[in-house]
Amino acid sequence: MSVTLFWTGFFVITSFALYIGIAIASRVGSTDEFYVAGHHVPPVFNGMATAADWMSAASFLSMAGLIAFSGYDGSVFLMGWTGGYVLLALLLAPYLRRFGKFTVPDFIGDRYYSDTARVVAVICAIFVSFTYIAGQMQGVGIAFSRFLEIPIEAGVVIGGLVVLMYATLGGMKGITYTQVAQYCVMIFAFMTPAIFISLQLTGSPVPQLGFVGNVSDGTPLLVKLDGMLTELGFAPYTDGSKSTFDVFAITLALMAGTAGLPHVIVRFFTVPKAADARKSAGWALLFIGILYLTAPAVAVFARTNFIETVNESVYDAETTALVVGESETPDWFHRWETTGLLAFEDRNGDGRIQYRADPETNEVTTLNRDIFVLANPEIANLPGWVIGLVVAGGIAAALSTAAGLLLVISSSISHDLCRKVLFKSMTDSQELLIARLSATGAVLIAILAGIYPPGFVASVVALAFGLAAASFFPAILLGIFWQRMSKEGAIAGMVTGLGVTGAYILTYKIFGWIPNDAEHWFLGVSPEGFGTIGMVISFAVSVTVSLLTPAPPAEVRELVERIRAP
Amino acid sequence: MAQDKSSARKAYWRANLGLMGVLLAIWFTVSFGFGILLRPWLDLVSLGGAPLGFWFAQQGSILTFIVLIFYYAWAMNRLEARFADRLGSDDMPDPGAPAATQEDAS
Repeated sequence: MSVTLFWTGFFVITSFALYIGIAIASRVGSTDEFYVAGHHVPPVFNGMATAADWMSAASFLSMAGLIAFSGYDGSVFLMGWTGGYVLLALLLAPYLRRFGKFTVPDFIGDRYYSDTARVVAVICAIFVSFTYIAGQMQGVGIAFSRFLEIPIEAGVVIGGLVVLMYATLGGMKGITYTQVAQYCVMIFAFMTPAIFISLQLTGSPVPQLGFVGNVSDGTPLLVKLDGMLTELGFAPYTDGSKSTFDVFAITLALMAGTAGLPHVIVRFFTVPKAADARKSAGWALLFIGILYLTAPAVAVFARTNFIETVNESVYDAETTALVVGESETPDWFHRWETTGLLAFEDRNGDGRIQYRADPETNEVTTLNRDIFVLANPEIANLPGWVIGLVVAGGIAAALSTAAGLLLVISSSISHDLCRKVLFKSMTDSQELLIARLSATGAVLIAILAGIYPPGFVASVVALAFGLAAASFFPAILLGIFWQRMSKEGAIAGMVTGLGVTGAYILTYKIFGWIPNDAEHWFLGVSPEGFGTIGMVISFAVSVTVSLLTPAPPAEVRELVERIRAP
Repeated sequence: MAQDKSSARKAYWRANLGLMGVLLAIWFTVSFGFGILLRPWLDLVSLGGAPLGFWFAQQGSILTFIVLIFYYAWAMNRLEARFADRLGSDDMPDPGAPAATQEDAS
């Protein structure tokens, strides 16, 4: 373990030094640079930064494990979190870039000629970003505490201070170039163990292809896994348990939510032209795709390895004699048991682990899906430095997302609330000072949220996507493609979308007023997929109210004409 | 001249909408179609052990999305180049245009 500790410390400290170095090199002195890096970021770099911004601790640490244990059902994350980029590139990003300002509430406020609309957008942006950032800080703290033997609180504070340093010094410019570095760290960290495991299981050095590869006896890996699972009483991996309609709704909610998340949209304000915004969305999805095409492969490898090495293994070779053909439970299983995330109970007293679908006979009583990406290097018997690298990658994923969210919070307060609504006569340098102060305030709140996580953090991620899908996405889309959309329509649409989606998710996931299962869901749609229904309602309300209220003034029609013209 | 410009803008916008329509139809087909709604039929065929519908849901749709975006970026550059002489973006006599500059925005 000490070798692992050394390498983990080495990678984490080196990567932090790199991020701070970049921050010092990219200090900024104007709001233009602070909010959108002066619109000077080349499309490829913006693509890389967007990928890091977008892929959070959840994408890096949890997604592969989640897919491993949900099989086909896990596809909603793969399609949902990538398909949104098609919507962004085709429907939103180029037009918002041509609009040419700084923030998402900026567009809503100008397009809907209304400070009320702007304030509604500010509230949505801040709410969505805070729900997200708490999870990131918590991820940093957990990575620190488990691998560097530092208390979780200290880990959260250290991570928060590093983000604070580069976000306040360099604003969007500092964040962009640190995100480029963080992307490189995280993709290297994700791919290294994946490549080795793919070689061990399928002989293919390209894990994305190992997914459809064959194991040593020539059977396709997925066929083998399906066979093993059915034998143990599980449903086949390639089959799902969710209803088709629910899978459809969740996928659409995640796609529209992705396209409507302010910290993602704002990345496309940083490139020089609208054409660059399109190209840069392509690069972003390519860079994201490297990880997202590997994750389903890692998921299959992890589930296969788990069954092969753990099931029917002899738990303690000192007390139970091995029969020919049997093997011992691997060391990593015992190590993760001490964390409480994995537990074994020898129900039939045979000294061997039986992993089964049936809760009566299953002896793996606790199995936390989040451990798989972190445990993968150990499962594959890789050297200690690989584990250190994976930890640094997980921290990079969390910090890069946290920084992007922080900037949304700070610019919403300093630019949209203070400059545009409360104190219209503010100077540029005063605004910059407020931006830095609000970033500092937001980090402090995020640190507190990371140390004392509100119990509902995990479930509010669904809320963040649902709210973005049901508020920002319809308002921005109709704002560009339907000139007739009026301010009353936009405000009514955003407020109903938020209200309906928020109320549904709160009812089922946070307060539990109605049991959270398919029988009690509206139309059989889970809270995760309800953003789709909220979005449809928001569209309908926006259109109806717009048609009943006066058309937007001539300047707004000109604004729409302008952002559409090449 | 102004007439010509306005009709060129309309033609450009129509071409853009047409292109978007086709690409969004493909986007919908590979994900919601192949990956979700048509999966029971596609799964009858398999690709390297992966039932085809399952493969589209986990890898195929993502690969298609990447190609779609790069194609759209390329096709739009070509479209804009074709309209460039009829729609000079620099000399647009559009009253909304000056408000676009960053100085005004800040």
